[in-house]
Amino acid sequence: MTTYPSSTFFSAPPDWGWLIVLYFFFGGLAGGCYFLAVLIALFGRSEDRPLVRLGYYIAFPCIVISGILLTLDLGRPLRFWHMLIESNTYQPMFKPWSPMSVGSWGLLFFGLFSLLSFLGALAEDDRLRWPAARRLHPPGMLSKVIGVFGGLFAFFVAGYTGVLLAITNRPIWSDTPLLGMLFIVSAASTSAALMILLAHRSRWTMPAIAALHRTGAWVGILEFLVLIAVMISLGPVFRAWLSAWGLLLFFGVILLGMWIPQALYWRREWLGDRNPITAAALVLVGGFILRLVIVFSAQGI
Amino acid sequence: MAEPMGFYTDTTVCIGCKACEVACKEWNQLPSTNGGLNTLSGDSYDNTRQLDGIHWRHVKFIEQFTEDRKDGRWLLMSDVCKHCVQAPCLEVCPTGAITRTEFDTVVIQSDTCNGCRDCISACPFGVIEVNPASGTAQKCTLCYDRLQAGMEPACSKACPTQSIQFGKISDLRNRAQKRVEQLQQAGEKRAYLYGADEKVLGGLNSFYLLVDKPEVYGLPPDPKMPTRNLAAASWFHLLGAVLVGLMGVINFRNRGARLDDREERP
Repeated sequence: MTTYPSSTFFSAPPDWGWLIVLYFFFGGLAGGCYFLAVLIALFGRSEDRPLVRLGYYIAFPCIVISGILLTLDLGRPLRFWHMLIESNTYQPMFKPWSPMSVGSWGLLFFGLFSLLSFLGALAEDDRLRWPAARRLHPPGMLSKVIGVFGGLFAFFVAGYTGVLLAITNRPIWSDTPLLGMLFIVSAASTSAALMILLAHRSRWTMPAIAALHRTGAWVGILEFLVLIAVMISLGPVFRAWLSAWGLLLFFGVILLGMWIPQALYWRREWLGDRNPITAAALVLVGGFILRLVIVFSAQGI
Repeated sequence: MAEPMGFYTDTTVCIGCKACEVACKEWNQLPSTNGGLNTLSGDSYDNTRQLDGIHWRHVKFIEQFTEDRKDGRWLLMSDVCKHCVQAPCLEVCPTGAITRTEFDTVVIQSDTCNGCRDCISACPFGVIEVNPASGTAQKCTLCYDRLQAGMEPACSKACPTQSIQFGKISDLRNRAQKRVEQLQQAGEKRAYLYGADEKVLGGLNSFYLLVDKPEVYGLPPDPKMPTRNLAAASWFHLLGAVLVGLMGVINFRNRGARLDDREERP
């Protein structure tokens, strides 16, 4: 008789595929870039503003893409609004104990805040000549209020997907409570990497770039530690990763997406000027593979 | 609310005739697989393979034979949605499409479901799937329409051996307990009830008499609610946010964002 390491091995896979992998990736980037932008806005210098705007410019399109991906993944896409409104009574539909329900509202509110910040960034860059939009960027107090509330929703959006996976009965996903933590830390590392890549392309040299590098490196170490904690917390279910998925996790995520970027950060002389962009690109690739492995490996069991 | 209704399935008298599967398909107008061009699974006499969006009843064929096949036994079991008292699918459904009826059964309203599939991963028994015709998650309704009309569900009505019995849960539990005692007195000491008490998800309104471990029948020995992880997962999510936020604050604050000559050199 086959033995099962967990009672979760009797559930059926929900067939969440590439659309969900992409959503996890873009959703993480949206949340991560937004909260990094808010942190720079609140604690950085005035010359760091281009980096703040860059974060807002990334966050809003990414959350729009996320919404489209989620809607397309539904069996009945035109009923996407059923997540927010009860279709029989037209009352708000909200279940605080269901991460998908809370997440739907979180995405809605984050979308609104990131839109406002996006418009503020456009106005600050003089690309939007709409008088009301001027209130959305400094020195107006409103921009800080939007940033703080939007930042809280950004932290939520960046990691709730891991909590959502934990609130299932699938192997791996529901056998550890750490996926939310892993996803939010990964969102921070991939977002820092994307912002570094785009800032490098624009040849920016403001102080926050150095801070972004450092944050990326620190978060990368934390991400590795959390991933190890995830593996340990899986207990006997970890054997599900003694497969091609485990190899992809090791080579694609740990080696390519964590260890090599760390080595490139601490050994600046290796690739010279190409060190930061190579490291950032690898972190992005690793972050994508991480989500791919977690989404697909649990459904192939 | 009317008294809780459900199924008691005595697997020891199931003969694998699949009348329940056929009756279910016929009453609920469920389509055939591949437009009727079915292929043999190679897994005993089981060609339905699983419960899913178009198979709301599934007869399992478990062969327990020695290698030379001189000795052994068949275990047959007609599987269905368990209509759990604490239903994981109902708990997570973000649209409110999954509801509990006045008969204490669990029903998916197809006109409300948007096919997010959260319920599929939440069900510890692997009962729910998307019906490709509707694009929504579907499963056994315990013939809610027939119950409302005072009728018996199609599967139990069709069962020729009374392996599937329908009725009030309290009556079914008494009947099942007597059957277990009868089997044990007759020498079948392995007989027991799965899901008849509150230990399994508060009780299953479709429970089983089994003569081997639950996992032999493809049933989880210890099914749990998906929200068991909610508090811990949320706290760890928050911890991640705090750690990442702190790292950002330390690095981005004015004196932390000092020019790093290694990073700022041209």
